[in-house]
Formats: sequence, C-alpha cells, structure tokens
Amino acid sequence: MAAAPAPPAALLKDAGLFALVAFGLSVPIVSYRTDLGASGLELTPRWGLVASLCAAVFLLRIAQRLVLDRRAARAARTPAPHQASEAASAEPKAGRSLSQLGLSRLGLPLFVGFALTLPLVAALATGGLSPARYWIDLGILILTYVMLGWGLNIVVGLAGLLDLGYVAFYAVGAYSYALLSTVFGLSFWICLPLAGLFAGLWGVMLGFPVLRLRGDYLAIVTLAFGEIIRLVLINWGEVTGGSAGITSIPRATFFGVPFKAGPDGFSALVGLAFDPMHRIVFLYYLILALALITSLVTLRLRRLPIGRAWEALREDEIACRALGIDTTKTKLTAFALGAMFGGFAGSFFAVRQGFVSPESFNFLESAIILAIVVLGGMGSQFGVAVAAVAMVGGPELLRNLGFLKSVFGEGFDPNEFRLLLFGLAMVAMMIWRPRGLISDRIPTVALGRRKAIGKDLVREGHG
Amino acid sequence: MSGPLLSLRGVSTYYGSVAALRGVDLDVGEGEIVTLIGANGAGKSTLMMTVFGAPRARSGTIAFAGQDITGLPTHRIARLGLAQSPEGRRVFPRMSVLENLQMGAALHDGRHLAQDLEKVCTLFPRLKERLGQRAGTMSGGEQQMLAIGRALMSRPRLLMLDEPSLGLAPLVVKQIFAAIAALNREEGMTIFLVEQNAYHALKLAHRGSVLVNGRITLSGPARALLDDPSIKAAYLEGGHAPVETVPGEA
Repeated sequence: MAAAPAPPAALLKDAGLFALVAFGLSVPIVSYRTDLGASGLELTPRWGLVASLCAAVFLLRIAQRLVLDRRAARAARTPAPHQASEAASAEPKAGRSLSQLGLSRLGLPLFVGFALTLPLVAALATGGLSPARYWIDLGILILTYVMLGWGLNIVVGLAGLLDLGYVAFYAVGAYSYALLSTVFGLSFWICLPLAGLFAGLWGVMLGFPVLRLRGDYLAIVTLAFGEIIRLVLINWGEVTGGSAGITSIPRATFFGVPFKAGPDGFSALVGLAFDPMHRIVFLYYLILALALITSLVTLRLRRLPIGRAWEALREDEIACRALGIDTTKTKLTAFALGAMFGGFAGSFFAVRQGFVSPESFNFLESAIILAIVVLGGMGSQFGVAVAAVAMVGGPELLRNLGFLKSVFGEGFDPNEFRLLLFGLAMVAMMIWRPRGLISDRIPTVALGRRKAIGKDLVREGHG
Repeated sequence: MSGPLLSLRGVSTYYGSVAALRGVDLDVGEGEIVTLIGANGAGKSTLMMTVFGAPRARSGTIAFAGQDITGLPTHRIARLGLAQSPEGRRVFPRMSVLENLQMGAALHDGRHLAQDLEKVCTLFPRLKERLGQRAGTMSGGEQQMLAIGRALMSRPRLLMLDEPSLGLAPLVVKQIFAAIAALNREEGMTIFLVEQNAYHALKLAHRGSVLVNGRITLSGPARALLDDPSIKAAYLEGGHAPVETVPGEA
C-alpha cells in the first residue's frame, strides 16, 4: 500500500480508466432504449445518461482514492498493533467500543419504544388513522423482517450455521396457517403455535442430513432445501393450489372477536366507532409482540447453557465436542428454534395477506433476510433491527425521491434504480463496516462491569 | 483400583489409506504423569485425538477406567471424565475468559462452578485478572493457561495436554509446567502429556514413551529415558539440557 498520496496526474489517469470501463459497460446496456413506437420498436438514444454515468464514476473514483490514500497515510504513521493484549494499543480502542457498547445496550430499548408508539405518532402526524395506513403498513412489513432476521440470527449469528434457505420455514408457517384455517376452520390462535411446531419439525428434518456439513457446503444444501419447498408448493396442486396459491384465508380476530361493523364486532365490544384501521393496528401490535418474543427468547437463551453452547459451536466445533457438548443436539436445537420463529412469522404473513402463493417464498427473500442478519452484525439484536429498517424501509424511501426527476428528466423513476442503490449500499457497507453495523459482542456472564467484545476479533464473514 | 486408568492396545489409525498410528500400546495409571514425546508428524496429536474418537481407531481397543471407549462419540468420551487441552489451544476467541471456563463446566450445570473457578484462578493467577477479557486477545501463554483451566473445569479424572509448550516463551513454559506438576502433586491428577519439548516433559513425567512414525519405539521411567543415549541424540541435541529446545514463536 503506497502511503504517500498519489500525484494528481496518476489520480486522473486512474479515474479516467474507471470512467472508460464504465463507458464500455454502459454502451450496450444504457445507451439505447427500445420503445414501442408507431412502426414497431424504436430506439431512443440516451447518450446524455451515459455521459452522466461515466462522469459520476469518474468523480466517485477520485473521491474514493482520496479517502483511501489518506487512510493509508494515517495507518503508515501509527504503528500497526501487533497483539491486542498490549495495554498501549488496546487503550484507544477501549473508548470507541465503549460508545458502541452504549449503542448496543440502549439501542434495543429505544427501538422498542419507537416501535410501540409508531401507530400513535403516525396517526397524529398525518391527522387520523386512515391517512396513517401507509406508515403502519410499512411498520408491519419492517417488523416482519425484523422478526425473520432475529429468527435467522439464532441459526446464523449465534450457532454460526450459514442457512440460505430460511424462507422455507417462513413458507411452511404460512401454508400451515392457510391450510389449517381454510380446510379445518381452525382459528389463528390455534394455528399459530401449530405453524411454529410444523416449521420447527421441518427445521429438524433439514438439520439431520446437514449435520456433518459446514460453511459453503451447508449453505448449498440449505439453498437447495429452500428451492425444494417452493417447488413442492408449486407442483403439489391438489393440496397447495399450485402457483395460484390459497386465497380467502380467514382474517385475524381479536382473540375470537372479529374486526367488523355491527354488534358482535371488535368496535362494539370496546365501544369505539367502527374503523377498518383497527385491524391494521392490531396486526401491527401482533407482529411487534411476536418479534419481541423472538428477541426475548433469544436473549434469555444466550444466558443459558444451550445458548452458550451455540456460540461455542460457532467458535470451534472440535473444542466443543472435546468439552463433552453434544454438537448434534446443539445444532438441531438451533435449526429447530430458528425455524419455529420463521414459522410464526409465516403464519402472521398469511393472516395479514389473506393470500399465500409460492411467489412470496423465493430465494430473494432468503437473501434479504440473510443480508439483514449479516448487515446488522451477526449476533446483535439491535443491529438486525436497524438493518431491517434500512433494507426494507430504504427502498420505500426511494418512492419519495421525486426531486431526482428534475435532475434526470421527467421519465426518471427512482424505483427502477432500487436494486442498483441497494448494491451500492452493500458495497459501501462491506468497505467501511465489514463486520456489520453493530459488531461488538457483550459477554453473557461477567463479574462486575460488562465489556463489549470488540469487533476487531470478529473474523470477516464469520459470526 | 485394578488396571490402568487409560489403556491402548494395538491401536491403529489411518487418514484415508495413510497409517498415522501402527499398533500403539500405552498405559496411563491413576495418579501418574505420562508423557509421549516424538518429532513433528510422528502421530502424537493423532494418538490423543484417537483417544477422543476423532479420528476413530481402525483397529485395536481403547479403554478408560475399564470401559471400552473405542467406538463412543467424542462428547460421550468427554463425559466419562477425560478432558483435553487440544493442539493449538482452541479457546473460543470471541468469548470472554469466564465464558470459556463456563463452557468447560458445561457438563456440570454450574453446581460447583464458583469452587472450581476459584481453583483454576489459584493455579493460574493470570486468568483471574483477565476473566472479563475476550480470550482471543490474550497472549499465547495465557491462552494455553485458559485451555488447561477450561479442561480442569469439567473435573476430569484424566487430563490430556497436547503440546502445552508450543510457541511459548521459556519463562511461560516453566510456569505452565510448574502448574502441571502442582496439579499432580497436590491433587493427584492423572496427566497424559504430549510434548515435543522432550527435556522438560521427561523432567516432569513419571514415565515416558517415544513415538516414531506411528510406533512406540521406547518406553520406560522418565529418568531412564532422559539418560538414554539414543534419546539424547535424537531429542535433546547432544545431551545438553538446552533451553533452546523450546520452540520459538510458531
């Protein structure tokens, strides 16, 4: 790494090279758009867009080089710490991890407090429950992913088992509720535990054959498992309805009291005027409660021997076995528990949508949930919550970026660039916070003051 | 007290088709320190891991306290009262020292945790200072102490140590070997010590064996082995009692 900043000429040359590559890439992809015109397809040239893309790449590269060079120069001035146990080099880090400790400790209560008051705040800000529907719906969506993230966190973050097929358990939960309620007429409150149970059983079923696998191999098998479940749902038409899915799934009731107008509805029971938003608000608090249960159970388990065994398993499987820990049982419980929470989330999904189809359970969902866990900093509850807000709420923000139209022209739809921005955000994350947003770990037992386990000790790409 | 605590009879272990151990016989009696010395790649660590069932012995029998453990899974073997400080220490790096020690006591659901913790901290006072620190940030010597302490937390009948001197400074090696000697002297702990550092190991042990290419070529009282000319030539660098045999930073 060259410590001295590069001379301007070299910098320009380097950035120019990048712009050239960007030009080469964007010519076939961006430069012409096909439109349906009067005489068939017409080509609309978009050279202005190509030019602005190349310019953006050019400028960003210069900015990146400047930042990186300055950092390298700074690193060259301060000697690299060899062993972190040496007090001198550990000192400056202590201050930083202390502030992060505050974040990871206070973050979760703050998040919960905000989540609890969101419907009220939204209603006050928009002037009524119905106008606030967009925000509450968004809250439900985000909380669903928070819950899925927390569930997967048990498997990936704590036990260190890379699971790419988590959406399978989400699907099992959703179809469990859909089938049990439409075929047998069971209520949501009976189906919810059953759905969790079924998903947990499937977790064990997946767990058994993959017990001997680790890392990449485990990831491949779980990926295949997710696809198998989806394909079964598509092809087992008599039971699952095939690609058409299952429709008119009964809606959630307030512990048996339906949300409807009339004397036996929820509004009559509590003496309010009927408002369809009551159901939405109820769903919001339902998923919030489910997510919090997931979080509390995980936090509690981390303090029990089984939770410690998960973490030890992630750190070193061989040492675990030598200490007399049954790694088979430990892995299976992690799979089963993670799957169970996925199942709960799935049945919530079904009761909220009133409709399930295999479309909702494709690999992209698994990838998003895994990305939430990884971006959050594996193992951190608050980190997962923040990542879920960013991953699910971020794209929603793009809908509101109307001012970009004045920059890029009337036809510009920021939504089309969702995935592009997403990718950029991911790359930026991996450069600046490769171990996730909240990467410190707080020990579960301590004598006296608790200290966070610094992120420096977390290997990149590991929990 | 009938036969030896741990006994290996004709144990052979293979990695694929490559033999790592060829018919090893070995006994460790209650209250003894037995050391196994040998060069790199002689099969010392393989022997220790074979006792723990990973890799599994292809032939021969391994018995612990009269019970055949040859076919038992690793965690069941550990539950019988064998504990090890594995090669390379293998502490849980992101977990605190205290959590590491708790993992060692995982089999006892915390019944005598405080008492055992006190004992380990007396044996290795350095660990007491560092209970809240994450294990991966400690020095090699401290990690080795932790690995031994973690093994002791399970209240084992037999403590197996794989190269506790590996990559440590001479002074730290001395501390660790002193602790091992104290364990045996004061608590009668049975210890099986795998070492490359032949001089220190033989000084410490009651009996010793030499492993060459997966076979035991020489066994006897440690004193006698120390004076054996062939051992002197092969492992003690010409008979000097060299501090230099301590391997440098690995």
